[in-house]
Amino acid sequence: MIGAGHAGLAMSYCLADRSIEHVVLERGDVANTWRTERWDSLRLLTPNWQSRLPGFGYIGDDPDGYRKLSEVVDFIARYARVISAPVRAHTTVTAVRRTEAGYMVCADHGEWLCRTVVLASGACNIARVPSFANRTPRSIVKLTAQEYRNPEQIADGGVLVVGASSSGTQIANEIHRSGRPVMLSVGEHIRAPRVYRGKDIEWWMDAAGVLDERYDEVDDIARARRVPSLQLAGTYDRSTLDLNALTAIGVKLVGRLVGVTEGGKAQFAGSLPNMCALSDLKMNRLLDLIDTWASDNGLDDAAPPPHRLPPTRVRNAPPLSMDLASGEIKTIIWATGYRPDYSWLDAPVLDRKGLVIHDGGIVSSPGMYLIGAPFLRRRKSALIDGAGDDARELTAHLEAYLGNQRAPATGWNKGDCVSA
Amino acid sequence: MADTDRPANNGVNVAALIAAREALTNAREAAQFKWRAACEWKNGTHSHSTVEGFYGLGQEQPRKTTFAFDADHPEVFASEDKGATPVEYVLVGLASCLTAGIAAVAQHRNIQLHSVTATVEGDMDLQGILGIDSDVRNGFGGIKVTYNIDADAKREDIEALVAQSQKRSAVYDVVTNPTNVTVVVNSTGA
Repeated sequence: MIGAGHAGLAMSYCLADRSIEHVVLERGDVANTWRTERWDSLRLLTPNWQSRLPGFGYIGDDPDGYRKLSEVVDFIARYARVISAPVRAHTTVTAVRRTEAGYMVCADHGEWLCRTVVLASGACNIARVPSFANRTPRSIVKLTAQEYRNPEQIADGGVLVVGASSSGTQIANEIHRSGRPVMLSVGEHIRAPRVYRGKDIEWWMDAAGVLDERYDEVDDIARARRVPSLQLAGTYDRSTLDLNALTAIGVKLVGRLVGVTEGGKAQFAGSLPNMCALSDLKMNRLLDLIDTWASDNGLDDAAPPPHRLPPTRVRNAPPLSMDLASGEIKTIIWATGYRPDYSWLDAPVLDRKGLVIHDGGIVSSPGMYLIGAPFLRRRKSALIDGAGDDARELTAHLEAYLGNQRAPATGWNKGDCVSA
Repeated sequence: MADTDRPANNGVNVAALIAAREALTNAREAAQFKWRAACEWKNGTHSHSTVEGFYGLGQEQPRKTTFAFDADHPEVFASEDKGATPVEYVLVGLASCLTAGIAAVAQHRNIQLHSVTATVEGDMDLQGILGIDSDVRNGFGGIKVTYNIDADAKREDIEALVAQSQKRSAVYDVVTNPTNVTVVVNSTGA
């Protein structure tokens, strides 16, 4: 198992449950990415009752609240202890290669021979930044959402936040409220109300089966896996942090950043009205689905009546360019998504975009599995709650695969003793 | 959504489009197209352009017809108005592309269209092209497209057709995003 995040640990639980020998290699401490690559004020966008792992639900007095970052780390670290996951921390995998009998996993502190290997290294290792980012003036500080921690870290003055999905809107909100005027560049995004008809939107999606939609039931799974995260935040007052909320506090919207000229002029697309219209339409389709489900399941009497949010307000003629050298913008935050890092994976399992070729987590190389990726097997696969079902199903497949082989599951590290 | 008992017929061969998409998914070379036009100056601001063949699916694609276009400036520009202005051709391009897209998306979503009309209006401050004010751009200050659509669908579904059409429109992209344009000169002269 490569990676001791929530997905790797969920699968470790399932492997142990079936007495499958395994080891979990983690380059940092358990929940490393949560510890080291997220901003300080982050809260989960899924409510506490839903942010659960196999055999380990939420116990507390705030089921509808949203965990703070430190609480997420504690939750995952406690899980690792409670399930006695066989984690080798501070062990960085440098290569995974195929062998006759399975795989060799090389790390900075040893090598392992194994029959099966699970990639649980996460989907967000590397922040994606547009190719023209290097044409922005050197005087402007650039940070990715992965590097951003808090507003005090950045200079006074204007900030351009690029990307309006979950990270971008939260970061824009926080920075603008700190007194640094924010301009937000908006591309494709998916708006959703935090609370709808008295219940959390995640509750509706869970109850109505939206989160359980399977990867093989979707029209275009490759596209569905590229869709950015819902524009949702774990706001402490459960308010909806959408573009209207941001413009109401003075954030200025511009279209998608589509280029930077040699002279340092940023170019914004003229399609902002369409981006917002598409997002509103997607949101309303989801709410239609929820209303139909609520009606079919007799909830109409108990729940407040259906309603729709006002359309996203777009001002007339937003600017299409900005001279980045003028000093108006002092910092740019790239909230433009992530990609996984498989530079250590020495097997022919990557497509031309560098993503693993798999069928619902069963990778194209026999005995290799993937977990913790968007829409891996279900729409909820990217959520903490999605790891459990994915782990159970992939473990069943892995066990059957091992059952068809003869040798034991793992080889011991050359320098190790067999421990009790 | 639409009544799937009666299949919609907007004249779009969606099955062929879907088959083409599948075929081109694994044949990136075949997906590289080149569109062309040729232009000949006539007199004054009047020019005559033709569109014949294009390149795609790995080879030249000739056409049975040659399409012809006259472009000119209007009389208020002290010209002869022998054809629409080039910027009006752009508006025609945008409206045509969006309208074709609406038909294709409607077909795919089994929505029967009865009537689709659009008016397009592009604002232009002439101080740009006349060089009077360097803060004014040469092109449009903004473009507004207004659709009137009569179809067998709810309002939101019709709005979704129009939104999706923009998302997948080539000319909409040309107009709303930057494009590299290279102009090369071969001259004959003294």
